[in-house]
Amino acid sequence: MIDVKDLKKSFGDHQVLKGITTHIDVGEKLVIIGPSGSGKSTFLRSLNLLELPTSGTITFDGQVITDPKVDIDKVRRKMGMVFQHFNLFPNMTVQRNITLAPVRTGLMGQKEADEEALRLLRRVGLEEKAGAYPNQLSGGQKQRMAIVRAMAMRPKVMLFDEPTSALDPEMVGEVLEVMKELAEEGMTMVVVTHEMGFAREVGTRVMFMDEGVIMEENTPAELFAHPQCERLQSFLAKVL
Amino acid sequence: MALSQLYETWDALSRSGTDLAWWQDFFIGFYRAFIEEDRWQQYLEGTGTTLVATALALLMGVILGVVVAVVRTAHDQQRPGRKKNPVLGAVNAIFRVYVTVIRGTPMMLQLLIWAFVVFKSRQYTLVGIFGLGINSGAYVSEIIRGGLMAVDGGQMEAGRSLGMNYFDTMRFIVIPQAIKAILPSLGNEFIILLKDTSLLSMISGQELLYFAQAVATRTYNQMFPLIGAACIYLVLVLIFTWLLGKLERRLRQSDRR
Repeated sequence: MIDVKDLKKSFGDHQVLKGITTHIDVGEKLVIIGPSGSGKSTFLRSLNLLELPTSGTITFDGQVITDPKVDIDKVRRKMGMVFQHFNLFPNMTVQRNITLAPVRTGLMGQKEADEEALRLLRRVGLEEKAGAYPNQLSGGQKQRMAIVRAMAMRPKVMLFDEPTSALDPEMVGEVLEVMKELAEEGMTMVVVTHEMGFAREVGTRVMFMDEGVIMEENTPAELFAHPQCERLQSFLAKVL
Repeated sequence: MALSQLYETWDALSRSGTDLAWWQDFFIGFYRAFIEEDRWQQYLEGTGTTLVATALALLMGVILGVVVAVVRTAHDQQRPGRKKNPVLGAVNAIFRVYVTVIRGTPMMLQLLIWAFVVFKSRQYTLVGIFGLGINSGAYVSEIIRGGLMAVDGGQMEAGRSLGMNYFDTMRFIVIPQAIKAILPSLGNEFIILLKDTSLLSMISGQELLYFAQAVATRTYNQMFPLIGAACIYLVLVLIFTWLLGKLERRLRQSDRR
């Protein structure tokens, strides 16, 4: 579904990604772990071109999206994204946060979008918050709502950029629960996270990144039980 | 009418050399400035023109300000590494010159140039409104630009990641938040604009100060017409401030917790 070839990204003189090549299959749940500054967030943000790669190609659904002629808005409609800091729109209600994009991009009419929003909110237990403003929600509620907002575009893949890192510890569980349900329904997911439990339980593949390269990747069971490289061993020793 | 009789009696006394009490003098001055020959109607007309001028210049300033601010922000936010849009670059350069020239020269001088050099028209009020709008646009654009830059970058990213284009994201997400943030400074600009309409009188624009000065010339008294006009401006500004406060509270709705 997503094919990445020799992806490089520099900010000025600083090279953050030093050639990433990987393939993400339909239905796969790829979890990316690594120390901060390892380039994992930049890699994730490159997948929907929030960061423009310096070189290399990304192919999504048979289309080379790194080609400047591609209509990136159309591509992004098929890729949902959830941010560390939620990035909800504080100037509109929860319901409008969810319906704005599907309606403006012509995916649905307002009525259909409203129904879809309520259906999705019900699934994550937030239907009574439809008329509230984002600032009235707790962190966990905000992130569940952000997932709903991305889902309303009916994406083919969901990208999660440290979705639980800005949450109070007692709210992490409710967000991971929603993500787990999404995974069980067969959604293709790419998740950057520090939640090793989630990686082990939900991931079909775990990728360890450091200094802009993929140091090691494997099934979660193998990777956590028998880390090969020394970097990963010391990283796991610190976080587990 | 009782007031006019009183005025005529005291006026005659005053002319015959009798010393009047201060409040009798005050009454005579007030009567001449506002009531005699129904002069209050002139102030009313002038106030009307002042309000219309403010509204039109404001409208022009805000439209111009938003356009300039959005173009300049879009230009500055172009991604490094991708080819820059040449049209955007050219328009941005023009707008920068516009803001520099307008902010760098006195408003009074701009009005004189519009009226006597550029348009040479007798429609002084209209020319004045145009000049005010152009002037206000430059200041408003800088205020809005500041507001746009203050909105968290994650908002733009979130809008774009949902597949909305740049201008929809600006229109529904970034600009509404920017407006809320800059409302106090924008309100300040509106108040300055309201008072700056008085400069129109210098190019014979027929607003409040123009009529006040006309009355002053006719009645040989500066104090009552000028202080009267000042009071009217003050009341208008107070009303404006009150309305802005109401608007601000409405926009703060989403901050309820």
